[in-house]
Amino acid sequence: MNATLPSETDNAAAAAAIRTAAKRNPWLSKVKKDKWLYLLLAPGLLYFLLFKYVPMWGVLIAFQNYSPFLGVAGSEWVGFEHFRNFFANPDFTRLLRNTLILAVYDLAFFFPAPIAIALLLNEIRVGIFKRFVQTMVYVPHFVSMVIVASMTYVFLTTSGGIVNEVVAAVTGEKVNFLSDPKWFRPLIILQIMWKETGWGTIIFLAALASVDVEQYEAAVVDGATRFQRLIHITLPAISSTIVILLILRLGNFLDNGFEQIFLMTNSLNRSVADVFDTYVYFVGITQGAFSYSTAIGLFKSLVGIVLIYGSNWLAKKFGQEGIL
Amino acid sequence: MNRKHDSLGEKAFDACNYTFLALFAIVTVLPFIYIIAGSFATEVELTERKFFLFPRDPSISAYQYIFSTDTMFRAMANSVIITVFGTATNLAFTLTMAYSLSRRDLLGRNAFMNMIIFTMLFSGGMIPSYLIVKELGLLDRYAAVILPGAISAFNLIVIKNFFQNLPAGLEESARIDGCTDLGVLWRIVLPLSKPIIATFGLFYAVGHWNNFFSALLFLNDHKMWPLQVMLREIVMLSQMAAGDINNLDPDFVEPPAQSVKMAVIVVGTVPILMVYPFLQKHFAKGVLLGSIKG
Repeated sequence: MNATLPSETDNAAAAAAIRTAAKRNPWLSKVKKDKWLYLLLAPGLLYFLLFKYVPMWGVLIAFQNYSPFLGVAGSEWVGFEHFRNFFANPDFTRLLRNTLILAVYDLAFFFPAPIAIALLLNEIRVGIFKRFVQTMVYVPHFVSMVIVASMTYVFLTTSGGIVNEVVAAVTGEKVNFLSDPKWFRPLIILQIMWKETGWGTIIFLAALASVDVEQYEAAVVDGATRFQRLIHITLPAISSTIVILLILRLGNFLDNGFEQIFLMTNSLNRSVADVFDTYVYFVGITQGAFSYSTAIGLFKSLVGIVLIYGSNWLAKKFGQEGIL
Repeated sequence: MNRKHDSLGEKAFDACNYTFLALFAIVTVLPFIYIIAGSFATEVELTERKFFLFPRDPSISAYQYIFSTDTMFRAMANSVIITVFGTATNLAFTLTMAYSLSRRDLLGRNAFMNMIIFTMLFSGGMIPSYLIVKELGLLDRYAAVILPGAISAFNLIVIKNFFQNLPAGLEESARIDGCTDLGVLWRIVLPLSKPIIATFGLFYAVGHWNNFFSALLFLNDHKMWPLQVMLREIVMLSQMAAGDINNLDPDFVEPPAQSVKMAVIVVGTVPILMVYPFLQKHFAKGVLLGSIKG
């Protein structure tokens, strides 16, 4: 063996040298070994640093009187002044109210809708009918919010919208759906229900598909009605999915869907339409109050984090798995 | 579940259930059908409401009107450019990063993963994100609507998990045959992942096509506006944004405002409806992959 491999000793020496080098700096040698992987990782890391972490550092301007000319380094520090101003501003209670009411509506009407539809779909025995319904109700998920809002405008406008024509034919009067503040919240919820209910069923249908068929058969033998099977087998089987989605929703409780609300806001319904997200845009981008609106955004993010951890903790308390 | 054992009540439930779901499906798609029909209607028909789902004498004047100037063509071109280059960027960034992170022995992998997950919980918010794009000099460039969304953390994690579950033996044998990491990614991992790449490519593409807000935020030049921003200008603010509608042929008869709006909506929707059959095969699987923890 030694004769056929004269360089064996050299190799051994080289290997030993690498080993000692590795001992001296095991990290460096690992990084060297995976150099291509790190090269592949670099663009993604750069993306996260530049577009996610630099803006996180940028929230510091909430504690400054930020001036674009002086930059973060040169602007004057003012501590919590913007936060104090915001909480003292009458806008604050209005924003909080609008945000919370929309969030509660969302939870009460939109959140249960996909669960209900999924349960109904699950009772369908004709496969082709089930597939037809699914194919139809997934479509709106893929169109943009601008299209949804545009369609709402076209249907509801008082100048020739089909819905208003019908309403006028029945009641004799047209309704200002688009500008009357009392229609704003129902419209927002109806839009999101139309757009996302069907799509939301996917995850519940998957959970339902994994329920053991034998359980149903045993229940039928024991004389359980369809309703009893629903209560005792089906609902417990999808409860963990429901809880996880509920946590996710609670964590985003203050996010009311910026684009949708932005698109549906006009000068007449602003009293009920302004929420934290859109307010940050109007005050920050269109009026240039960078520091003040960053403070509002930061307040919202922090509340959001508290809500995520809080609801996750609650879910664990109730014996569910949670997400974190 | 044997049908013979169904009681009268259960049969009644079935009947209601089928009816309700059929109605739900119809109500979901009816607005689209009405908009398409309305875009082909003439003024007389739209004002008199003589039709519901099919116009009596269809007319394409609304489409002639919106395509009589460059405005719509330019908006469509902008949308196509943003969608094509945006999706390519998304896939390049996401796939390379996901592959590296799928390697369990990569030093610092957990730190990188935590760093990514943290961005899903907390973000700097709109203003600091806007300022960084501005600082980088990206305003009024297509890059402004492409780069800040180059990776979706959620998609990245799903794809990483998918890569991780590919059979390890294939990679090992490729490595024994002398493949580098790059070679393994290019020759083994990517070809095996075509379905998932197609799925997430389509998801990213739909996102770009539908993106309205970053274009509004970062593109002030109306010549760069994509279709979605133009759509809002025309339908909701009722203005032909670019102002070049006034070089119309004076003999041109203006179609009813309503059917022009409907035609614009159709133009904004049709591309999505065209990819839908391709998407449909994949998306349920894509969503479910995403729901698996890990």
